[in-house]
Amino acid sequence: MTTMWRLLATPEGAIGLALLVCVALVALFAPVLSPGDPLRIAGRALTTPFSDAAFPLGTDRLGRDVLAGLIHGARASLAVGLAAAAAALAMGLCVGLAAGFAGGLLDEALMRVVDAFQIVPGFLLALAFVSVVGPSVPVVVLAIALGAWADPARLTRAQVLSVRERDYVAAAQVAGMHPVEIAVREILPNVLPPVLALSAIIVAAAILTEAALSFLGLGDPNVVTWGSMIAEGRNVLRSSPWLSIFPGIALVVTVVGVYLLGEGLTRVLSGRRAAA
Amino acid sequence: MTALCEIRGLSVAYPGASMPALDGVDLDIRAGERLAIIGESGSGKSTLARALAGLLPEGARVAGDMRWAGGEPPQPGRDLGFVFQDPAASLNPVLTIGEQVAEGARRHLGLSRRQALSLAVEMLEKVRLPDPGKVAKAFPHQLSGGQRQRVAIAAALSAKPGMLIADEATSALDMVVQAEIVALLDDLVRAAGMTLLFITHDVALASGFADRVAIFRRGALVETGPTRTVLAAPAAAYTKTLIASHRDLATPPLIREAAP
Amino acid sequence: MNRALRLIARRALASIPVLLIVVVLTFLLLETAAGDAVDAYLLSIGGGDASVAQSLRAAYGLDQSMSARLWVYLSSLARLDLGWSVAFDRPVRDLIVERLPNTLLLMGSATALSFGLGSALGILAGARPGSFRDRALSTVSLVLYAIPSFWLGLVLSIVFAVQLRWLPTSGIETIASGRTGLARAVDIAVHLALPVGTLALIYMALFLRVMRAGMAEVWGMDFVLFARSKGLSRMRIVLRHVARNALLPLVTMLGLQAAAMLGGSVVIESIFAIPGFGRLAQEAVSGRDTALLTGIIVTSAVLVIAVNLLVDIVYALLDPRVGATERGA
Repeated sequence: MTTMWRLLATPEGAIGLALLVCVALVALFAPVLSPGDPLRIAGRALTTPFSDAAFPLGTDRLGRDVLAGLIHGARASLAVGLAAAAAALAMGLCVGLAAGFAGGLLDEALMRVVDAFQIVPGFLLALAFVSVVGPSVPVVVLAIALGAWADPARLTRAQVLSVRERDYVAAAQVAGMHPVEIAVREILPNVLPPVLALSAIIVAAAILTEAALSFLGLGDPNVVTWGSMIAEGRNVLRSSPWLSIFPGIALVVTVVGVYLLGEGLTRVLSGRRAAA
Repeated sequence: MTALCEIRGLSVAYPGASMPALDGVDLDIRAGERLAIIGESGSGKSTLARALAGLLPEGARVAGDMRWAGGEPPQPGRDLGFVFQDPAASLNPVLTIGEQVAEGARRHLGLSRRQALSLAVEMLEKVRLPDPGKVAKAFPHQLSGGQRQRVAIAAALSAKPGMLIADEATSALDMVVQAEIVALLDDLVRAAGMTLLFITHDVALASGFADRVAIFRRGALVETGPTRTVLAAPAAAYTKTLIASHRDLATPPLIREAAP
Repeated sequence: MNRALRLIARRALASIPVLLIVVVLTFLLLETAAGDAVDAYLLSIGGGDASVAQSLRAAYGLDQSMSARLWVYLSSLARLDLGWSVAFDRPVRDLIVERLPNTLLLMGSATALSFGLGSALGILAGARPGSFRDRALSTVSLVLYAIPSFWLGLVLSIVFAVQLRWLPTSGIETIASGRTGLARAVDIAVHLALPVGTLALIYMALFLRVMRAGMAEVWGMDFVLFARSKGLSRMRIVLRHVARNALLPLVTMLGLQAAAMLGGSVVIESIFAIPGFGRLAQEAVSGRDTALLTGIIVTSAVLVIAVNLLVDIVYALLDPRVGATERGA
């Protein structure tokens, strides 16, 4: 895993990884850090932050603990963000590979479908999907993925087409390699890096989209998310702005971590290719 | 002949490289001469050209002395013109030919836009491009490699510098076009009384028109002198090898054809 | 000009199959809704029996088979008829035409502002890659782009509308103020200041990064070295050679962002209570109004296609190499 060490050597990679590891640990150990249901009424309503030791970040309108919400909200944001991005990448890779290798009519047809998903705004699509099927975590994941898979599909296909033309593929063909072997050994490893670089942006966008969906009330009502906390806080914005501010900061920190990690990853991957 | 530039002990090292690109080079460049710098890849000839023009990349360490006749090092554009190897890459793809030829003149000769543009058309004519008025309005992607190199020469010379450095200016071109460009350079330089530094790996090409040659190998100057002298009676062993390995139609074939 | 016209014609033609796919897929998606607009309507009026529901469905044509309805929809689409909104009891087209200009105003202003600021700051950052100025701008833009738009809207709202009371918190203009002409325009501008500002900050960050990245890449190209060898002034090299070329990927990015920006209007309009297209989408969702939702998605697709076309034309104007193969050398 020398890539990992090189990643840590870059400042972006190090800080990004540190931030994300923190958030991930919080998400993982949420039941330990904050036992009990975060949506239960824990204390007096609307206590200000830093005033009560039991509720360091205050409570909301119903008396729910803000800190507990933040800790458990990390689970939703990270889980949904990562799952949606993984689904989008998987779908995109499959379609892109199929289109790139098949060519001809199948390629044309698939690309028209990709076009269709690209011109419809991803958020509108997610909105429509969740509203039609019903708000639950798997649905939200699929909704976000539906809006996000078109870009990786297009990128994968472009990479496949470009790599197919390269000299080392022709050399492998001349040497008598089986087409499937060529696909796996020569083409795939060179298609992956740019698509992986895109993955950081997709994860970040997925996290933000999930937050926006929750904010509009389209998230899973039984799960506490940072977006729904911001929506809750909106009701008392004038008197208790911190209810909306804290979850927002959590989102920013997480997304910044993802971006930084992505930049570090891009640097390492492109550096390796340039040196090769 | 007066010395335009006296190079003493010039050494250049690029960051991260184990060997220096140039190592203790002593060379004189005489005003008005046509000097050919000959060497294979890695010999440091391009580095010498860039060092003279002040176009070395950031981080390159320079040691030694370059004493110029004017006292100050030459300013790129005004005193020195530079032509690169790849004509396709030298030209900005989104600007017109005319603008790219004129901008040097506008900057250094203080001409107005209109004046500079008409000078550009003149220059395009001088480099023997047909229909120079139309070419001035065209874009680089519309021209062939040889045509683009002519444009690059016109652009490098538009501010009327005293010296032209051509760094492998013909190496990316076809053979016939190479000869044309070399002939063009020769004429231009002679007519304007300019000094020409012609960097190349092709001994035969240089021998056709250079007054003096300087042979480089692995960052060091091997031999220098008048062209005819060096080529007819090379003093250094490397020069002998270089000349001997030159291939033309008279050379016996490397691969023996099977006897019928 | 000819190049541009041919481009438009070709692209418009190629877009039709894509639009068809959008319409069919949207239709299929919304068909899977458990209850349709009639159910939602009945729910809102406190219930009704099956016969009322049946007659309502017959009246709105909602009792036909899916393929029949799809065919009816497609043929009315060809006549630019987007159907009837059950939730609003008005033609869908009227609703969209009424609400779209507000969103276009919002989006257009935000785009113009962010593009201008973003590219200018990007040039500043990219003029000297690796400098302190560059790193500072890059860091700020990274953080800005990580901020959720709705949260930034709320925060700015708190600061400027609630605490400082400089700007209004919601709406697109003061209701029933009776203002016309310039006074009305100023009123709208004041109301749009916060939403436009919010969006502009975030998109500015994106454009800054793209411009800066583009410039960093162009700096390494040979023609920049050639420009330096001509002894040109630094400003001329930065602007006329580097930035002018880095502008191209930036314009491309503008096209790619069109869809995202339209989607983002939903949340911003929700926060600032702007009666726009995005808000209409939210209302269609809560009213389970499939006709309206379909109409909104189809209109969005058309808008994105139109914007992409515009962007391509601008790109063709900026890059002389585009379309060159048609004419030849």
